[in-house]
Amino acid sequence: MKPPPFRYERPETVEEAAALLAEHGDEAKVLAGGQSLVPLLNFRLLRPAVLVDVNRVVGLDRIEGGRVGATVRQSDFVGVPLAAQALPSVGHLATRNRGTVCGSIAHADPSAELPLCLLVLGGSVVTTRRELPADDFFRSHFTTALEPDELVIETVWPEGDAVAFEEFAQRHGDFALALAACSVRVEGGAVTAARVGVGAVTDRPMLLDLELEGEPATAETAREAGASAEAAVDPPGNLHASSAYLSRLTGLLVERVLTRAFA
Amino acid sequence: MIEVTVNGTLRRAEAEPRLLLSDFLRHTLGLTGTHVGCEHGVCGACTVRLDGKAVRSCLLFAVQADGLELETVEGLEWGPLQEAFRRHHALQCGFCTPGILITATDLLARGKPSREEIEEALSGNLCRCTGYMPIVDAIAEVVGP
Amino acid sequence: MTWVGQPLERVEDEALLRGRGRFVDDLEPVPNAKHAAVVRSALAHARIREVDVSAALASPGVVGVLTGEDVAALSRPFPAGAESPVPYFAAAHEVARYAGEPLAVVVAESRYLAEDAAELVVVDYDPLEPEEREVHERSFSYGEVDEAFATADLVVSERFAFPRWSCTPVECFGVIADWQGDSLTAWSNFQGPFSLHGVAASSLGLPGSKLRLITPPDSGGSFGIKSAVYAYVVLIGLASRKLGMPVRWTEDRLEHLAASAHSTGRVTGVEAAFAADGELLGLRYDAVEDVGAYIRAPEPATLYRMHGSLSGAYRVRNVAARNRVVLTNRCPTGLNRGFGGPQLYFALERTMAVAARRLGLDPAELARRTLVSEFPYRTPSGGLYDSGDYEACLDAALELAGYEERRAEQAAGRALGIGLACVVEPSISNMGYITLAQTAEERAAGLPKSGNAEGCTISISPAGGITVRLSTTPQGQGHRTVAAQIVADRLGVEPGEIEVLSELDTSTSAWTIASGNYSSRFAGVGAGAIAAAADKLADKLAGIRAHLGEDLSLRRVAGTAHWNPESLPPGMEPGLHATAYFAAPSLDPPDGEDRVASSASHGFLVDVAVVEIDGDTGRVRIIDYVSVHDAGRLLNPLIADGQIRGGFAHGAGAALFERIVYDEDGTLLTGTFMDYVCPTAPDLPRLRIGHRETPAPFSLGAKGLGEGNTMSAPAAIANAVADALGMDDVELPLTPARVWELMQA
Repeated sequence: MKPPPFRYERPETVEEAAALLAEHGDEAKVLAGGQSLVPLLNFRLLRPAVLVDVNRVVGLDRIEGGRVGATVRQSDFVGVPLAAQALPSVGHLATRNRGTVCGSIAHADPSAELPLCLLVLGGSVVTTRRELPADDFFRSHFTTALEPDELVIETVWPEGDAVAFEEFAQRHGDFALALAACSVRVEGGAVTAARVGVGAVTDRPMLLDLELEGEPATAETAREAGASAEAAVDPPGNLHASSAYLSRLTGLLVERVLTRAFA
Repeated sequence: MIEVTVNGTLRRAEAEPRLLLSDFLRHTLGLTGTHVGCEHGVCGACTVRLDGKAVRSCLLFAVQADGLELETVEGLEWGPLQEAFRRHHALQCGFCTPGILITATDLLARGKPSREEIEEALSGNLCRCTGYMPIVDAIAEVVGP
Repeated sequence: MTWVGQPLERVEDEALLRGRGRFVDDLEPVPNAKHAAVVRSALAHARIREVDVSAALASPGVVGVLTGEDVAALSRPFPAGAESPVPYFAAAHEVARYAGEPLAVVVAESRYLAEDAAELVVVDYDPLEPEEREVHERSFSYGEVDEAFATADLVVSERFAFPRWSCTPVECFGVIADWQGDSLTAWSNFQGPFSLHGVAASSLGLPGSKLRLITPPDSGGSFGIKSAVYAYVVLIGLASRKLGMPVRWTEDRLEHLAASAHSTGRVTGVEAAFAADGELLGLRYDAVEDVGAYIRAPEPATLYRMHGSLSGAYRVRNVAARNRVVLTNRCPTGLNRGFGGPQLYFALERTMAVAARRLGLDPAELARRTLVSEFPYRTPSGGLYDSGDYEACLDAALELAGYEERRAEQAAGRALGIGLACVVEPSISNMGYITLAQTAEERAAGLPKSGNAEGCTISISPAGGITVRLSTTPQGQGHRTVAAQIVADRLGVEPGEIEVLSELDTSTSAWTIASGNYSSRFAGVGAGAIAAAADKLADKLAGIRAHLGEDLSLRRVAGTAHWNPESLPPGMEPGLHATAYFAAPSLDPPDGEDRVASSASHGFLVDVAVVEIDGDTGRVRIIDYVSVHDAGRLLNPLIADGQIRGGFAHGAGAALFERIVYDEDGTLLTGTFMDYVCPTAPDLPRLRIGHRETPAPFSLGAKGLGEGNTMSAPAAIANAVADALGMDDVELPLTPARVWELMQA
């Protein structure tokens, strides 16, 4: 399966990249890691007239203090504990060497690990135009708030408190059937802050309000939260699993991440 | 016209933007050791090293490698890894083997992986012949105790 | 010391490890070959009103287009193993019958440009409802089946579905076709059987001598699937013919998953009659086989390949089988590792497990009471098990698995499942078994078919260099290494001194209609041919030495034979070149009672699977898997174990991960490697292997063993899961989601 023809641009500055996107609008696609984009081109499911290769844009490969530039590879992503837990499940060694952190965020696959982590940490996406909290950035599956002429410059990753990530996939590195992540603050044995999110079974990574504030940080609380999570999601069944199974898995993973975070 | 250093040798050739790196290596440069199994990044047969890191050549355009350094299976030095593969019968048809050797080379360059880490690293390489155990054994032998 | 039997490292490895393999897409045997892209049906079933190629023809770089109409005009329908009301051509013409079916071939300067143009072909479809159509039925009965059931203490009646799946080699199909004048030369990673060469030639209207088919030195796995590439040899060959230039086509993964060949999906009703002590009194099968849109040769072979082993490993005299073949709007089926064995043994071994439970016997005990125990054994349907010690194999497997301890663990409350499978693994197919698709009367009116023979050529150069030429088209099974071992023993040299060529050229190789690599035939008939050719040469060398001097080195003998033929013994043929053919014994045509020795050789294996099921997620974890094989003499134990591991990986894949899924409109839902899920390194357990050797009474005594675990693993794993869950209705693949659903019930 060979890709259709396109015009290839390789800007060297953010300004050039932005100008190209402004010029071509939704006829252009940004090529960063390409691990999600190029298969779609090879399948001819996408036919951008212009590919804007941002891999050589100066200044986008910095990673510092939780700010991750647009061309930072997944394999170079360090310093964020929740993401560190998720990364071994993100694709495979060779795809992490090329795939970018920000690219995964911009691609917004609901079954992807990094978007969920960013959401749960309360991170944000910095574009050529604005900074958006993750919850405002993700709209639906493969759909974000990005305008066609807008380029992601970096993503901002808070460290989080007590964090945990879990996923269930058929094979190691597969897109998850269910995902859960949390960042919780426990003081004096009680939960004082909690962000719990799920993916894969929803259109986009989703925070769940499980009413954990004030609850004791115990296995019982985790179990109840899992049950609430299971009830809160209503995924369609797919080729691999029924709706009931996916909901149950989601609840199970929520229970597991909370149990681990409480410990 | 692009310039790529492949296995230590500078190569110059024409490449239209959409030409996949895998096709460039195989058909423009005649380096047929890198194989194509799926063209969607799953099987790993096309894995090569770009600036020292294992990547899917079916998910890169040749133009993206302009000015960069590539290593393919043909450029790998013969050594303990290949000897271990022979000893353990870690290849049968050999079609997935180049991608696996590159992945293993990348993995071994990062340190001493455990058996579990070897298996996880190999999860991006599909083999339909060996059942994987001999491959894991071969790499584990190279890692040493 | 003999070389045969040594775990010699493979001669194939160095080139492959250096990236110097020569697979079909690596070859450039003819200059200026253009590139083909295949236009394929978007619908599973539709009348094709028009195929407008005008825009494609005008597309940049296009040199021409072959349409379905061209194919209908330039070729004849492919003959198959059974009559079908639906003719099968290399491309569809008036009706498309499966999603992905070829409709046209666009040829251009590059694959990229060909795909661009292929998208511009406009097809006007009249959608039709997908349908299922029974096109073949035969019933067989051996012994007194009704009586057996009437007197039974227990009748087990179950129904088993074995889904469509595929061994998906990492290398896809490839064809390079060069039509010149009135003949076609084609390079392709075809794996045989070379009877299909005749099928292709027939379709092209060519005598076999004018279809020169050449296989490349290396093939990237096949597992049966690359037997079906012959249909594309015809398609691309016709493109070359029409355009007057060489054309090459490399199948991509989407094409492979949709339109290469699938393993048949089969639904089998089984009834098994037992006496209270476990004696198997009778078996009845009712199999409905989905072969896809056409009966594509060699189908319906999947349904008949195991005919001589319908009773599996068990003593029983009364067996009945009803075979039905249905056409569906799906990819045509064909050879796939195990070829009928996975489907049969899933049904039979699951039945035995169910029966054991109902009889109150441990499955191992039931096996012990029912296994064939005296050899040679002739099955009711005509199979000949010439040798074996099945009970010893069972004992060895149980011991290796720690079976008693595992049962004790279960009794103590550990949530384990233990599954057993006893599998007679046939090898070397009787080329006549397919005629069972006809009645005895129909067979009597036609040309009988039988046997399985192979050829081999060995030559010695003037300086004493030995070259062996095989017709067994290996795809990773190490034939070149084993051939060198065999010849080395017979000619008194080292294997490293022997050059072995694996390319088959139908114009110059010594081959038969049975040649190729399928039904695990190399160890028996392939090795037999190599040995026979080597023996011929060894005799000649001995004759020359007897005449000229016993101490003459091989080099000296060779030099003399070439340079001084006058000095050879009177009457001796000049040259040092021997071709020999070897035929597997006992492979007669089916008899008047529909009995056939469908395979020449039978190995035996016993598998024990031990699983744990995660109660939360349904994930099945194989915590131990043991397989004890009796494959006769092992020609190369290193290679033999490799085949066992590979066969197991395929079987475990079918058991736990893999299934080809179509929706009710015939749309393929598992069309990429993201949806068709093959196991990777972390997904498979380490197989523990044991060996016993009851030699075959012919050839070198080796029995084929490449397919056994693909036949056994789905059954053994399903039996283990059923054991763990305490339920009978376990359906493949046993994915976490499916097992979880079972647990909720």
